[in-house]
Amino acid sequence: MTAAPAKNVNSLGLPKADYKGLPTTLCAGCGHNSISDKIIDAAWDLGLKQEQVIKLSGIGCSSKSPAYFLGRSFGINTLHGRMPSVATGALIANHTLYGVGVSGDGDTGSIGMGQFKHMVRRNLRVVYIIENNGVYGLTKGQFSATADMGQEIKYTGRNELPPIDLCLEAIVAECGFVARSFAGDPKHVINLIKAALNYRGTAVLDIISPCVTFNDKDDSTKSYSWGKSHDERINDFSFVMTQDEIAIEQAEGETKAVELHDGTSIVLQKLAEGQHDPTDRMAAIKLLEDARAKQRFITGLIYINPNRPSLAEHEHLGSTPLSALPESKTRPSRESLEKVMAGMK
Amino acid sequence: MAVSDMPSPQTAERPPVVNMFSIMVATKNGSGSQTANTALLRALFKMGIPVSGKNLFPSNIQGLPTWYTIRISADGFTARRPLSEIVVALNPATAMDDYKEVEKGGFYMYADDIKIEMNRTDISHYPIPAKSIPQKFEKDPKLRGYAANMVYVGALAHLLGINMDDLRSALMFHFKNKPKPVESNMQIIQASAEWAAQNLKKSDPFKVEPLNKTDGLIMIDGNTAGALGAIYGGFTFCAWYPITPATSLADALTAYAPRLRMDAETNTPTYSIIQAEDELAALGMVIGAGWAGARAMTSTSGPGISLMSEFAGYGYYAEIPAVVWDVQRMGPSTGLPTRVSQGDVLGTYYLGHGDSKHVILLPADPAECFEYGWKAFDLAEQLQTPVFVLSDLDIGMNQWMSKPFEYPDQPMNRGKVLDAKKLDELGGFARYKDIEGDGVGYRTLPGTAHPLAAYFTRGTGHTEKATYSEKPDDWMNNMARLGRKHETARAIVPQPAVDLVEGAEIAIISYGSAHPAVEETRWRLEKNHGVKASYLRIKALPLAESIKDFVAAHKRVYVAELNTDAQMYQLLRLHVGDLQNKLVAANWGDGLPLTARWMTKFIMDKEGAK
Repeated sequence: MTAAPAKNVNSLGLPKADYKGLPTTLCAGCGHNSISDKIIDAAWDLGLKQEQVIKLSGIGCSSKSPAYFLGRSFGINTLHGRMPSVATGALIANHTLYGVGVSGDGDTGSIGMGQFKHMVRRNLRVVYIIENNGVYGLTKGQFSATADMGQEIKYTGRNELPPIDLCLEAIVAECGFVARSFAGDPKHVINLIKAALNYRGTAVLDIISPCVTFNDKDDSTKSYSWGKSHDERINDFSFVMTQDEIAIEQAEGETKAVELHDGTSIVLQKLAEGQHDPTDRMAAIKLLEDARAKQRFITGLIYINPNRPSLAEHEHLGSTPLSALPESKTRPSRESLEKVMAGMK
Repeated sequence: MAVSDMPSPQTAERPPVVNMFSIMVATKNGSGSQTANTALLRALFKMGIPVSGKNLFPSNIQGLPTWYTIRISADGFTARRPLSEIVVALNPATAMDDYKEVEKGGFYMYADDIKIEMNRTDISHYPIPAKSIPQKFEKDPKLRGYAANMVYVGALAHLLGINMDDLRSALMFHFKNKPKPVESNMQIIQASAEWAAQNLKKSDPFKVEPLNKTDGLIMIDGNTAGALGAIYGGFTFCAWYPITPATSLADALTAYAPRLRMDAETNTPTYSIIQAEDELAALGMVIGAGWAGARAMTSTSGPGISLMSEFAGYGYYAEIPAVVWDVQRMGPSTGLPTRVSQGDVLGTYYLGHGDSKHVILLPADPAECFEYGWKAFDLAEQLQTPVFVLSDLDIGMNQWMSKPFEYPDQPMNRGKVLDAKKLDELGGFARYKDIEGDGVGYRTLPGTAHPLAAYFTRGTGHTEKATYSEKPDDWMNNMARLGRKHETARAIVPQPAVDLVEGAEIAIISYGSAHPAVEETRWRLEKNHGVKASYLRIKALPLAESIKDFVAAHKRVYVAELNTDAQMYQLLRLHVGDLQNKLVAANWGDGLPLTARWMTKFIMDKEGAK
């Protein structure tokens, strides 16, 4: 940061309370609430203008949460599984906005899998958070497609089908920012959100977020106790703002810096023997396959590739958002129409 | 018009039939006949003769039968005719059926290798060397098949008197002024015309003569017209998914937008066109873009409309502007994907679950496709709701004569949008509050730099301030306001075109591509039967109030449309209430454009011969 902000206000001079939303209506102790809090922390810390952020969601418990953070940001609660398409339209109509999408494992992994993968494939610039708890909460506890194989829930019985790994799906669809985290690890979540907000494409954050009502038994891999006892950090990084030259200098040599949007960077801590290098796509796929086979609860930055052009870049959009172009730019002249008509004779 | 009463060739001494007949060309799909047919059509158009062309094609890339009909009408009638005086047969598979299709007194031109029994004495027969002429001139065996089509063009040019210069400029139009393909095709046409002059003895009365009835007109398809309308309407975002017969609308956008919509200062496009993964995502993107302030559109056909249902209801309830083109084809289901229908009227009007009803525009020709192409954005933003434009395959994919399109006569209407300055003045806003009583609230656009700008958009029940609500009163008030908004729409959408005929006891109501056949039907009714008929053409839904008076003023009102369930008839019955027994459903749905012959007979059967 250029100047140390005054205490309790951010670089815009705003207190954190300014970034709050409405009171949550989710269950007490729900992982989603702690993720909402971390989005507030990250946005406040980065000094984001809330008016420059749009919050998007699908349908489900997770998708209710955008009402509970960044109260001065525009929000849109869309259809079940269809937030990626709405995000695509909105963030191409105005590509200067930050997009924060909140989805769930049902919303993304089942009804919305197609849209999710196509959004990733297009590399829309958006932070796509999956609040992953393995169950459908609002409809009272059916298994989702990320539920553990062999798991039993009182209401639904036994799940006989293998889970879908949404990080793996994202990497296969050419996602350039894939991370997994745990709602019970706030610091890690904040750090990831900050980096993701500055990534020039789709950043997929698969955050295991326990459902205290339907899926928090100790033997569930989506429970608090499982997360706390099994969390296996695959790497660590720090998020560095452009101006923070000291941090970059310190970083050089010892670590690996990956440049993000507007000159911000992720500085990866020096990898210890056997630690995962997130710039290696094949290694990332192998790691996820291994984690799946051994039921390892890995967290960290799984894959990063800052080189793919974003959808807005692919569309060659200018600096003025499409939504702000005046009529003089979007209605061609009378003479041009006469010329087109003359060519039809 | 009554060419069918003409004597057969054997009775000799037939007066010439000038500029009043139809040609049907039967070929195989993918054989390149489209070039030949559109060249014929445009050459006739360039000669000043009113023409219309209709392509009856299969859902297939190559090999299945396809037919192209050209109607030549000095009187300017452009509706499809059920039979043709001239049939050109190049497809052995359909040659026998095509033979039977020749109108009495007409002629059958056929590739000379077609071997069928030809025993009709009421028509003329002209074999043409469709293979040997191309063999002489075209070295590339791949192109020889295409060149075969130019043989019938040349033979017809000779027999009918089509101007060679006009054929050349028609080919120039088709090949975008590339001389090489134009000259190689002209070579075949000329050789074939010369061959015909030496080898065919003309025994038919048909000929064309130059007129001046197409002066100042253009020839264009409705999908290109709709795309141009969108370009001049300031579309900034389009998401679409390929589907016949709507694809060529998005194709035309993609072709014209780079020419017409680059920002001269920054050399960047002032639009984005995205091919979505399906129609559901296409409308999702359009809704997202409309919410964020773009003029957003999609184009699709019936199956896509089905997929868009949930988002259409969302757009209606969350009040987000969007423009959806439905270039209708025949359903239900995959149905007849390359044939025309007006079968999406009811489904689209009520698209979405729960209580929803939409604004629909009903263009009848390319000029209206252009007009509604830009007007739809004004209406969508004014009313903050999805607006559907229901065109169809006949309008969208066939070539129509048209007056040149008129430049938009009013600046864009972006609707009720509050910017930061206005928010400062007002000290805040409630998104869904009905301040003016027209049912339309004020909105702000994401990115508006003002602490009071943001609101939360949702498909769930909400208050005037856009907060979540399950309260019965909030729900009822909101739905009542949406009802008021629909009434506002009723008053500001394009109003019907009405032709009240003095002394007419009966009337016809129609819309869209049924229009040319209805115009011709009225002419036939009066000329052949002495029956006068008033006419009202619906241009939009919700239905105009004035329709009630129109129905009241007549004894019987025939509702002409192209579908099986008489869909507009059903909506009209609801609309006119006590007058509903005056309405007669005159619907036809076989996948082909409406004909005046059927329509006239239908009405006269009901009215009784006079």
